[in-house]
Amino acid sequence: MIYVQYILILFLLVCAISVCVTNNLLVSLIIFTAYSLVMSVIWLFLESPDLAITEAAVGAGVTSILFFITLKKVGKMTDKEDSDE
Amino acid sequence: MVSRLFTNYYETVSIIIFGIGFVTLLLNRNIIKKIIGFNFMDTAIYLFLASKGYITGRIAPILLEKLGDTNLAGYQAGTAVPNVQNYINPVPSGLVLTGIVVSVSFTAFFLALAVRLYREYKTLDMHEIISIMNREENKE
Amino acid sequence: MNKIFKSLNDFVNGVQDEKENVHLKHKNKKHHEKVLTERIEDIVESGENKGFNKFYNVIAILLACVIIACMIYTVSFLPSFGDPTNPANNEVVQAYIENGIRDTGAVNFVAGMILNYRAFDTLGESTVLFIAATTVIILLFKHKTKEEEKAEQLEEAKYEDKHDLILRHGALIVVPATLVFGVYVLFNGHLSPGGGFSGGTIMGAALILYNSAFGDNSTKTFFNYGIHKVIKISALSFYALSQLYSFITGANLIESIIPNGIAGNLISSGLILPLNICVGFEVACTMFGFYSLFDREEI
Repeated sequence: MIYVQYILILFLLVCAISVCVTNNLLVSLIIFTAYSLVMSVIWLFLESPDLAITEAAVGAGVTSILFFITLKKVGKMTDKEDSDE
Repeated sequence: MVSRLFTNYYETVSIIIFGIGFVTLLLNRNIIKKIIGFNFMDTAIYLFLASKGYITGRIAPILLEKLGDTNLAGYQAGTAVPNVQNYINPVPSGLVLTGIVVSVSFTAFFLALAVRLYREYKTLDMHEIISIMNREENKE
Repeated sequence: MNKIFKSLNDFVNGVQDEKENVHLKHKNKKHHEKVLTERIEDIVESGENKGFNKFYNVIAILLACVIIACMIYTVSFLPSFGDPTNPANNEVVQAYIENGIRDTGAVNFVAGMILNYRAFDTLGESTVLFIAATTVIILLFKHKTKEEEKAEQLEEAKYEDKHDLILRHGALIVVPATLVFGVYVLFNGHLSPGGGFSGGTIMGAALILYNSAFGDNSTKTFFNYGIHKVIKISALSFYALSQLYSFITGANLIESIIPNGIAGNLISSGLILPLNICVGFEVACTMFGFYSLFDREEI
């Protein structure tokens, strides 16, 4: 079981770095949703099921919905090129 | 010393994620990217707290005995006590539960501010917003 | 060092030039009417600031590295992960677990902790949610005139039948299941993992799905701004009043009018179940309110 935890933690790190590096806002939001979902699995491994349910509902559900709606509002949903460096 | 870092692998990873979130917050010019960085810093701190409460080989802080167990009446009357050796630390779970809900409320607040900024300046880039503000000051 | 000073100097000069140019050229234009030539100018100007940007990036990364290094150095002295003799596992934890069932009657120690021993803390948290919802309403709520409202309703009626077919039929199956699951998590907060926050969020997510599948008008038949206000304020004030009761009658461990019941039953553990329901409805309304404020600038 310990190796599953190592893989999940590695996934967290990869997600965080790729959000920092990527230029497209939509892609970074989807990666952030995946990060939250993996985080809720990690709460299960840390024996805190309360936190797992809350993180899955809040982090991967409502926060992502809010981000997506904001993106729709500002019209960056289809923008291919962002001016980030 | 380095071996201790590998023993405390959850803490180490949470510190690294905190750093990545901090760098995202500082280096990206887009406001939504900055908010995502802030969320990363949040979850890193929750991970740190929850890993301090974990104890190997113990289960979540929910009573093992089922309804109708003879021990349960004793626990409630105060004549017997549940075995502490069975459960992990419940305090960090309570703290983090509070933190997660607060984090979603401030994320919504930040996003509302971002929407208002976009309505005013038609961009989400910090540098463009600052240069437009400078121009407006010059005009007046 | 010389290079850095030079780049800073360039940056200051660039800002001054930019100011003069701007002053001449953009006298009569509003700021948000950006044309192509202005965008090109912006790009050129940002090229002049490149030196400063590089300087800033290097300093930022250095700062972050120093902070991470300090914290990782601290981590190397922390007690090891998963050790039962950690200083964090002290007599407080022992008291919570040994006396928890006798005092609160909740089988889930976390629920007993946050809604009985530390209920005042949770009241503050609900207040934070309330304030966040209020600030979002202040920032985004649009007061519409009657004509605008009518035009919007016409627009909505046009799309009423054109909402996605797969989404509608999927929502018919998923929404009731999600709602029932949310209510289950909410009502079993003192028996199993879950409680007010997670159950409320799941219910809010079900409402959001219903709204996005069936449109605004059908949601308004059972949930509008008035109901939203009433539910939020009554839930928060019920919570506050029940806490006031326990403050006035003393503190924890005092004999309450509400009996604890048999631990493990659904109706047990005193005030925890009603408080959970209050928090759940508050959270559900807040989540749905966030969604509809961001989406349509109204509730």
